[in-house]
Amino acid sequence: MKTKLTFWRIVFFVIMALGLYSAFVRYFRGLGAVSNMSDQFPWGLWIGFDCLCGVMLAAGGFCVIGAVYLFNVERLHSVVRPAVLTAFLGYLLFIVGLLFDLGRPWYIWHQLIYMNPHSVMFEVGMCVMAYTTVLFFEFLPNVLERFNLKTPMKWIKNIYAVLVVLGILLSTLHQSSLGALYLIMPSKLHPFWYTPALPFLFFGSAIAVGLAMTIFESTQSAKAFGRHLELPVLVELGGALLVALWVNALLRFEDYFHRGMLRQIMKPSYEAYFLWLELTLAFVIPITMLSFKKIRLSPNGLYLASIFSLLGFITNRLNVSLTGFETYVGHHYVPKWTEFSVTLMIIAMGFALFGLAVKYLPIFPEEGRRAIEPRPQTETGPIVAIPVLRHAGD
Amino acid sequence: MSKALLYDATMCIGCKQCEQACAQQNKLPYDDTVAAESVQSEHKYTVVLTKDDKFMRRLCMHCEHPACASACPVGAFHKTKEGPVVYDVWKCIGCRYCMVACAFAQPKYEWHSLNPRVRKCIMCPDRVLAGKQTACAEICPTGATKFGERDDLIKEAQDRIRQNPSTYAPRIYGLHEVGGTCVLILSSVNVEEYGYPASAKIGDTPMPEYTGKVMSKVPDFIPVWSLVLGGIYWISHRREEVAAAEAEEKKGSER
Repeated sequence: MKTKLTFWRIVFFVIMALGLYSAFVRYFRGLGAVSNMSDQFPWGLWIGFDCLCGVMLAAGGFCVIGAVYLFNVERLHSVVRPAVLTAFLGYLLFIVGLLFDLGRPWYIWHQLIYMNPHSVMFEVGMCVMAYTTVLFFEFLPNVLERFNLKTPMKWIKNIYAVLVVLGILLSTLHQSSLGALYLIMPSKLHPFWYTPALPFLFFGSAIAVGLAMTIFESTQSAKAFGRHLELPVLVELGGALLVALWVNALLRFEDYFHRGMLRQIMKPSYEAYFLWLELTLAFVIPITMLSFKKIRLSPNGLYLASIFSLLGFITNRLNVSLTGFETYVGHHYVPKWTEFSVTLMIIAMGFALFGLAVKYLPIFPEEGRRAIEPRPQTETGPIVAIPVLRHAGD
Repeated sequence: MSKALLYDATMCIGCKQCEQACAQQNKLPYDDTVAAESVQSEHKYTVVLTKDDKFMRRLCMHCEHPACASACPVGAFHKTKEGPVVYDVWKCIGCRYCMVACAFAQPKYEWHSLNPRVRKCIMCPDRVLAGKQTACAEICPTGATKFGERDDLIKEAQDRIRQNPSTYAPRIYGLHEVGGTCVLILSSVNVEEYGYPASAKIGDTPMPEYTGKVMSKVPDFIPVWSLVLGGIYWISHRREEVAAAEAEEKKGSER
């Protein structure tokens, strides 16, 4: 098999080469040499993006699993596997990111023996560890099916109910706890982002992002791998995304209203600009887009709306973790290029692994092959497969 | 009864002997260059700041309810009953949550080390346990830094303010801040001018309470939420089983 040197392959190799150089600097020169983190800014891009955003972007797994297996939304069946794959890769890459950021990553296992139950970080760590294990088992059927291993497949089927419940429980806990991490610094984090409601806001945004990410990755893989797209599924997700965005917007409004901040957030200031950017990307644009039926029914419209909301919530988490500290610290934090390159490398690894998995594993349902699910199939009616770029909104 | 340090800025002459004694005690480098540094760092646990003709010391406050100890996922920090908040380096995984959590921004990091440690004043726990003063209090030529029982020092500070109301700003910084600290500060000016966080901003609530409120709900949340989720799963799948059984029955009766 000949591999062609396409534009994206070259980009991938450049990113990987720069990333490996940065990794070398990280492990042989230390955190100070590789990053612009300092005693004033102990947490930088790697916590803000790789960890906070990474975990949020991997939330699609528990959202879709919850919808399909908990609430029996049969129509979403076909996106379970890509969503679980994204989540599994997301958490693995989160751990890779952590190995860069931790000062003493070789002691990461201390988490298991020196436990401090009062620490939010401890809870997040344990949940992430456990949830990655759950995701491994939720992902395993892909591999078992590929090699036609029937017996272990049966075992997974037997414990699937436990996996579903455990996965959602752990996700609820750590998605919200990521926000709770910041509760201990009321005097440091800017009041636009410090609120006792942080755990709820983080959980809420995880669900919205989970849905948006599922739309994004389905469309993206349809474009990239020439898969056919099931428009009704995307439309369903788009509707759910609209509801989730409204709920999130309402939560944010309520929070500002009850803390008497509404007047303050309208006044122009350094933080206000970032807040406006975040609110526009996360709520104003995608909610407006999805309110038009024509856009909500078109694959491209859904794709764009999901990208906007993803960017909006990413901005939100970067605001919580970086922008919100700049006034307290008194100066700006701009990540070093090596920090960006590690983050880019991790993202590139995500795309590459996703591509490999789709290529070699039965992630997307194909003609004549139905995804084997660990429960009896009761699909209602045929699902229409529509090529991605054809408009079907009218 | 916990030990504490009372630092009276009006008595300080800025000789920086406390800095030097601290460096010696903790085996840190100390020379003229380090002495000239006016920021705390991984090699300077305490610093004497100068503003006009006034001085101010900064060091770890040794909170009664330390945020760092509550934040650390592996419990590398703990408050000893004698007062000092100490650090067990062998537990540390380097997440730096302690640094982000500390309201006084005291923990510093060895950014250029390949096996970095968190560094901060640990209030000479070995000396305190042996019944001795901290190195900084022992060396202080004017008694500006005084070591003793926290309760006694509070009384003494209150007496000093009462006897010389014109000299002192009428408060003891650290008495109530974040639930009380084991470093108490008396000064003629606002300590905020030297980078200490404003009392109004950090409040009197111990920082661990903000996260504790959430964490205390976790043990109850886990069983309740599992039951709810399990219940939903059971109901939505039970419905399916019933439908399947009914369909089977129908088939049977038609036959």
